[in-house]
Amino acid sequence: MGKSDIKLIGSWASAFTTRVRIAFNIKNVEYEHLEEVLGKKSDLLLQSNPVHKKFPVLLHDGKPLPESLIIVQYIDEVWSSGPSILPADPLDRALERFWAAYVDEKFFPSLKLVRVTQGEQLAAAVEAVGKSFEVMDGAFHQCSKGNAFFGGERVGYLDIAFGCTLAWLRALEKIVGVKLFDEVKHPALAKWMDSFCSDPAVEGLIPETDRFIEFLKLLPGAPPRH
Amino acid sequence: MANSSSTDVKVLGAWPSPFVIRVRIALNIKSVKYEFLEETLGSKSQLLLQSNPVYKKIPVLIHGGKPISESLIIVQYIDEVWSSGPSFLPSDPYDRAIERFWAAYVDDKIFPSMKLINTAQGEEKAAIVEQVTEGLVLLEEAFQKSSKGKAFFGGDRIGFLDIAFGSMLGWLRAIEKMGGVKLLDEAKTPGLVQWAESFCADGAVKGIIPDTEKLVEFAKILVKMKGAPLGKN
Repeated sequence: MGKSDIKLIGSWASAFTTRVRIAFNIKNVEYEHLEEVLGKKSDLLLQSNPVHKKFPVLLHDGKPLPESLIIVQYIDEVWSSGPSILPADPLDRALERFWAAYVDEKFFPSLKLVRVTQGEQLAAAVEAVGKSFEVMDGAFHQCSKGNAFFGGERVGYLDIAFGCTLAWLRALEKIVGVKLFDEVKHPALAKWMDSFCSDPAVEGLIPETDRFIEFLKLLPGAPPRH
Repeated sequence: MANSSSTDVKVLGAWPSPFVIRVRIALNIKSVKYEFLEETLGSKSQLLLQSNPVYKKIPVLIHGGKPISESLIIVQYIDEVWSSGPSFLPSDPYDRAIERFWAAYVDDKIFPSMKLINTAQGEEKAAIVEQVTEGLVLLEEAFQKSSKGKAFFGGDRIGFLDIAFGSMLGWLRAIEKMGGVKLLDEAKTPGLVQWAESFCADGAVKGIIPDTEKLVEFAKILVKMKGAPLGKN
């Protein structure tokens, strides 16, 4: 199977795209990355994901598949001889799916809100992120069972889902000049962040903070910051 | 793996909730006996608050004392634990992924819009109805592709996407009645009209989806209580 059988439509700046790329790295699968230009959706994207018109979209032998976490599960199931991304036990799988959904429905939106708020609303947004980290800390202890990752000894589904939001975290802390994550309060999560970012499957994929800050400046909705 | 003791499997839920209905249908398909613990409208039991501290919502499946929340996650869990029963998801990874995609679409787009029909009026209502209808047309296309001429999205038997979408049918019909609108119709979604009948007549589903009238009455109570129907889970 040649490299061109697998195409990924996405962007270096997209946390959701990065999830898929990490999954491919874990499975040691080569793919062609098709970078979308900010502000202009390619024809291929619009054809491949007519319902949501968003990336990432995987094109495997021409068959399109959108939605990052659905793609990650698909990769896990297709390349089943590689290291598993989801755990084997049904309860552990359910827990990782639950927390990944929490990341997408609660944690990540609360983090993104920091970018577009100021004053009292910003203070409320910062508090919400802090609470979310407390929840994720509990999740980490529940899932990791004393190991380095949510997935145990190796980077897994929930590590991927949550870890890809780190570029936003670091960039926003710099942009608003407020600590969003307290490593003193959550030492295990702090350690996990380092382990995740330095993992071979992840290295180089989480956008570098200053580059990402420049990217965020291009997005609408942010109040002026000094 | 299935334990014959019915107290080993508990479902925290309420009869009107389509999300709870998903879990009950899934357990029925696997022939798993369970204890149904009905939550009272307007108050949350201690057990619910302990079992789902993050969202405090139904359904929660408690299996051997361990709680699992979020209906579609629960349904996948049921599929994986009681693996000797009929499987919900197809065996091909791409087909599985597509079913997951459309199930998420039902939760993210179709159901939230459907609920809005109840309280909308005039032009706004017409716009929402059109949005829902367009979404259902997309699901009709998905149905044609997925069913390959058979009765269900899953083929011969009810599968994951049938459960995800079919559990909404009680409310869909109630909303059609209350709103004086047609959402599923012969002209635009003929396959789904047939599918809806087959789904509701299935042995695993019968008696689980409440009568339209009962839901209409319940909706009136909800509106009185807080002005909006069921939350998402």
